[in-house]
Amino acid sequence: MSTLTALARAQAVAAGRAQPIATVRHLHVHDHPLVLIPIAMAGEANAPLAAMIGTEPASPRLLVVRQPRNRDDRFAFFADLAEELLPYLESFATETEEVPVDRGKDVRLRYLDAPQIWLPNPAGVDFLRLLGRSTRFRTVDGEHPVPAGVPLLGRWLTYLAGSAEVPGSSLLLTAVQALTLHWATGQSSAEDAQLGALLAWIESGAAAAREAENGPVAGPATDPDFDNRVLAPLIERSAPELPEVLRELLLPTWDRMWRTLNLLRRLPAGERVRLRWDSDRDAYTAFAEYVAEGGAPQPRRDGAVAAAARLQRLESAAARYAVQRAFDDPLVLAEYRLSGAAFAGVVTLANPNRVDDRGKRPVLRPRIMVHTTEPVRMEPGTSLTSPARTAQKARVVSVAPAGDGFDVLLELSGGMGRKLVAEPGSVPEVGERLVLTTLSEAYRPGGSLPDPSDTPWTHGGPPEPATDPSDATDLSAAAD
Amino acid sequence: MGKRLCEDLQLVPSFPLERGLDFPLECGLDFPWSAALTNDRLDQLRGAAKAKRHNARTIAALTGNPGCSRRAVLDAAGVDKLGLADRLGFPGSFGQSRFALSRGNAFEAMLKADDCALLRSVLGADDAVGYQDLNADSLGDRHARTVRVLTDAQAALIDHPLLTLDVAGQTVYLEPDLVAYAHHGRLQVVEIKSFAIVDDQAESAKVSAAAVQAAVYVLALRELLERLGQDPALVSHEVVLVCPENFSLNPKAVVLDVRKQLSTLRRQLSRLSSVTALIEALPEGVSFDLALDPEQLITALRHIEPRYAPECLSACELSVYCRHEATGGTAALGRTVREALGGIETVTEVLDLAAGRREPSEEQTEAAALLRAALRLRTEALAATS
Ligand code: SF4
Repeated sequence: MSTLTALARAQAVAAGRAQPIATVRHLHVHDHPLVLIPIAMAGEANAPLAAMIGTEPASPRLLVVRQPRNRDDRFAFFADLAEELLPYLESFATETEEVPVDRGKDVRLRYLDAPQIWLPNPAGVDFLRLLGRSTRFRTVDGEHPVPAGVPLLGRWLTYLAGSAEVPGSSLLLTAVQALTLHWATGQSSAEDAQLGALLAWIESGAAAAREAENGPVAGPATDPDFDNRVLAPLIERSAPELPEVLRELLLPTWDRMWRTLNLLRRLPAGERVRLRWDSDRDAYTAFAEYVAEGGAPQPRRDGAVAAAARLQRLESAAARYAVQRAFDDPLVLAEYRLSGAAFAGVVTLANPNRVDDRGKRPVLRPRIMVHTTEPVRMEPGTSLTSPARTAQKARVVSVAPAGDGFDVLLELSGGMGRKLVAEPGSVPEVGERLVLTTLSEAYRPGGSLPDPSDTPWTHGGPPEPATDPSDATDLSAAAD
Repeated sequence: MGKRLCEDLQLVPSFPLERGLDFPLECGLDFPWSAALTNDRLDQLRGAAKAKRHNARTIAALTGNPGCSRRAVLDAAGVDKLGLADRLGFPGSFGQSRFALSRGNAFEAMLKADDCALLRSVLGADDAVGYQDLNADSLGDRHARTVRVLTDAQAALIDHPLLTLDVAGQTVYLEPDLVAYAHHGRLQVVEIKSFAIVDDQAESAKVSAAAVQAAVYVLALRELLERLGQDPALVSHEVVLVCPENFSLNPKAVVLDVRKQLSTLRRQLSRLSSVTALIEALPEGVSFDLALDPEQLITALRHIEPRYAPECLSACELSVYCRHEATGGTAALGRTVREALGGIETVTEVLDLAAGRREPSEEQTEAAALLRAALRLRTEALAATS
């Protein structure tokens, strides 16, 4: 928790209302998202009880498992879910664009759009991941056949749950995380996990939030009291009104999901959100193609090489996401200023046409002096970037105390054109206000990994083909 | 069998802990509460109601917030905190779903059917290992039998042993929810849980809760052996967790090393402020008898210091009340928030220091400077965009 966000929480307590902690939106909000609210059956290993799903606020579809312990009912639910979800997921695999690769020598295709699924909370993502695990290895023939679409649903759910772990990805989002990324409430993060209370802090205030705490839950877990008083009797006597009761349970959350989307839409999107959505479209394209070619279900666990590669991807995505958020949003950048990884100041001297001719070829190396009243913790030699000119490096030449702060002498390189005279506007002018930070968007190459088929024996050897003999029969065993 | 198992899984004790049991003290157990003063005082604190009994879960929760005197005293006196919260108008919900209970029961019944055939096989225990269920006995008998059985057990599965543990100067009984597995001269705690292990992974919160509970049992077993003059190290720090595997009810046993949990537990138990001293310091007449008026109960509660943290919400029945009481304090926002605010006690103080409306005390100087800088940066960034 940064001090800035903590301070926003304190302000929220005093104001009785949530406070903004972002000035722009840091995620992509789709024009046609799909909202999914899964509800689990308590006590069972990941058995669904119901789900509300749809792309239109006015017409949610309710899927219900009338007897959650009945295998056929459960797979009928999966089939229904597949029927809703798969057409949506596949509907974006149509029009493509060409993306240059290999320094423009080649192109690859990318779908123009990608799906976006919204869940209430991270627990819902875990639930979907396990649903994916319990369906992707099924087969539509053999000893325990499942309805068509179910194994494919499993692959997609597994994929989507995995994408939710990638920092900055907007393919599968949760309302709770999206809201807490942009607002701080006057309660603890544990309490923020409840969508009803969180949204009430933003929309109406503290009192409404307390009120909302006692309202219906957003799942996937149900309230034990609801289980015992309402659900158990209904299931016991296979009551026909069960779907109606579940609809009532889910509608308030359904409504909140769309209100969340509207709140987020009102924020202007950060400049680099587009870039991350491009990556999402790349990822979607690759997986949609894999599936279309009849790709095998994802393995139960990643092999050593795949796991290392995945970790590397997640780490670089996290680094990129952190930098992009800071560059997009002065309020996020302020956190780095507070911690000493950035400072703001005013240009007091500029020598825009300074040329360094000590080397073989003369190079353009303008120097500027920046005066700041903020602490400067950077050593000479450190390379800094200004969010206003990310293609340009500013190397710290010296830091000297001056007046009520410091004078920082910087030498610039890059982002000024190819000539020995800087392009107009590419060198900060005297009087310009700048923020300089150690954060950098520069590409950081990861280490190279062997091909999975060359996994050394010390790391388990090459992975086995993805089959799952261990629980081929287990659901039928659990069915009674 | 099904019904009995059902009782074991409930949070509510199936029989009350009462004072004056004709407890066989022949094994030299020490019961500090038999000191007359505290005993009467505890009764007085609790009022007419029957005392609530501890179990591994409540002890684990207790150590989750070891600094809270309020909880320590209420638990020592066996006050029904759920009832108290209700009476104060701040009910919490700490129920357990029937569905979860019945699955847990079904799983346990399956393991223990046919003289524990399945449990034996998942533990790799052979048929020569006997099975003894101590559940049927009365409280006193059960503890005596626990002691007897455990001292000369060579190879056995001992179900529902009744253990005791010293908690903050009080000896509490543990609701028996475990099987002690004696083999090769060692004792091992076996915990049966109904959450699933999928592809060798389980929900980490559930595993760590199970590990802390198992550590409570290990500690209690060790204390018992020690009192009996035996080597406490005979109780293994490796406990066995038996859970359903993947999406089936097939059991899978995994071994958990609970050494870390044990040392945390020991440290936190020793840190628990002595309840006896706390109780003796209470003014005469303070009582949590649920028959009293809410105002009287609130006045009584004010005499024992709470230490509210958001973690209380999932661990303590009184949390909604304590949260209400803690409103305006930075602790209510969570430990990390409070730390990020330099440990300043109240929200008002934080905002006053940040705005420079208030002179920081000596030890607040650093925090105040940070808060002022934070407010300046926040205001600047928000003003630029609005
Ligand atoms: S809720 Fe109250 S009594 Fe319970 S542990 Fe927290 S502060 Fe103590």
